[in-house]
Amino acid sequence: MSAERINWFRWSSPQAFYPLAGKLVPWFAVMALISMAVGLYEGFFVAPTDFQQGQSYRIIFVHVPAAWMSMFLYVVMAAWAGIGLGLNARPSFMMAQAIAPTGAMFTFLALWTGAFWGKPTWGTWWVWDARLTSELILFFQYLGFILLHESIEDLRRADRASALLALVGVVNVPIIYFSVQWWNTLHQGASVSMTAAPKMATTMLAALGFMALGFWLYSLAVTLTRMRCLILERERGSAWVQYAKVL
Amino acid sequence: MQWHSLDMFLAMGGYGIYVWPSFGVTALCLIWEVLALRFRRAAALRLIAHRSVEEGLRP
Amino acid sequence: MNDLTWTAAARGLLWRDLLLAWRRRSELLTTVFFFVIVASLFPLGVGPEPAMLRTIAPGVVWVAALLSCLLSLHRLFAVDYQDGTLEQMLLTPHPLTLLMLSKVCAHWIVAGLPLVILSPLLGMQFGLTGRSLGLLMLSLLLGTPVLSLLGSIGAALTLGIRGSGLLVALVTFPLFVPVLIFGAGAVVSSETGLGAEAHLSLLAAYLVLAAAFAPWATAAAVRIALE
Repeated sequence: MSAERINWFRWSSPQAFYPLAGKLVPWFAVMALISMAVGLYEGFFVAPTDFQQGQSYRIIFVHVPAAWMSMFLYVVMAAWAGIGLGLNARPSFMMAQAIAPTGAMFTFLALWTGAFWGKPTWGTWWVWDARLTSELILFFQYLGFILLHESIEDLRRADRASALLALVGVVNVPIIYFSVQWWNTLHQGASVSMTAAPKMATTMLAALGFMALGFWLYSLAVTLTRMRCLILERERGSAWVQYAKVL
Repeated sequence: MQWHSLDMFLAMGGYGIYVWPSFGVTALCLIWEVLALRFRRAAALRLIAHRSVEEGLRP
Repeated sequence: MNDLTWTAAARGLLWRDLLLAWRRRSELLTTVFFFVIVASLFPLGVGPEPAMLRTIAPGVVWVAALLSCLLSLHRLFAVDYQDGTLEQMLLTPHPLTLLMLSKVCAHWIVAGLPLVILSPLLGMQFGLTGRSLGLLMLSLLLGTPVLSLLGSIGAALTLGIRGSGLLVALVTFPLFVPVLIFGAGAVVSSETGLGAEAHLSLLAAYLVLAAAFAPWATAAAVRIALE
């Protein structure tokens, strides 16, 4: 009897992927809620008050995980875009499109919470430090990806064009970060740094970790759900979608 | 536990007007995204149901 | 039948694009006028105080150059796309990447080089002198080709889309930011005494990298748009 090899490509057909994603989503959702609950408890009730920033520092428990997710999701999105262009596989393009809105949302949250953290800490709603400015550009890159796809009528061209844009953009992200950081250090007057975060007690790090994990699990759940929606929308001519409600 | 009362917790040492909009908008965004996806899924299923009705009428 | 070598094809395309641009000279003039107008709006908006104008001059001139380049990008492909010439370029045996490089060169000569030449005049309007004027020119000389190279990717991705003007801007703007930072920064840092060498070297490096990779991305985008 020969050993059976797992055929991973079986899951790449929308018809097989749809029910699999459907089974995974509730698990990720529940784990996300638990992780975020633990993180919030740790962040508000266990972590001590910061000496310099007072209670306002607690904003980092959403700001930092949101910023991490915004960058992480862009890289994953670009990876799916690259796989799509390389293998000419439509589901890969769809995965990139499933990720984009969530990534854009986290980028917005990073900017919003960054502003609310900056105001009590440095007195202004916006600071042109390297990270916030890079986040702003990243937000435009997400928007460009989404809008480019929506603007092109031919679906195949839309998939491939937006995928190429994502790849070009992922090369741009480190360039942006480096150039903006350098720009910041050269303009001495405006040298406020988001790295002036409080020295991290272990409890603070733990809270940060749980929130980051929670956001990541949330992203998985939401991305898979959106992927299911994309499959339903694109495959609505197929026979198997008639049973989609129960899958 | 460092919060001796609910009022203290909400005030966040004077920084409440910064902390709560941050966490609040985050929660709102997450919830909004989930709800929006629910709507999207329902709309897609409705579209599929319509199509099958149309196709059923054709011979 | 004589077969063209790819160098002859590239040169031919460059010459053709320049000739076509010359026949539509008014378009070239609009780009230049736009550059001057945008830069001239800033003093009207922020006031004529000389010290402040000198401070903002590099940034203003650079942003005006950036916007002019954005506006001129449609010229790269629009006409060729409409009359089918672009499709013909796809079908030739010559490497599309090199043809794209030719088109970008022509675009820069028509839309970028005039800005470089005019920049000292604008700089003087803002009260820049001698060394700063020279650095402004040099930074634009290095930077505007990068803008054309990176902009061509955006132009190719948005080929033929209705109302693509703003979309091109949204898509290309993140790519332009480092060029703006290095370019304007070169002049600013020389004025504050830190020296412009680092900025200019980075700009030159960026130019080399863009020249090496952008035409390939543009060619890929054109293929995606036409297939």
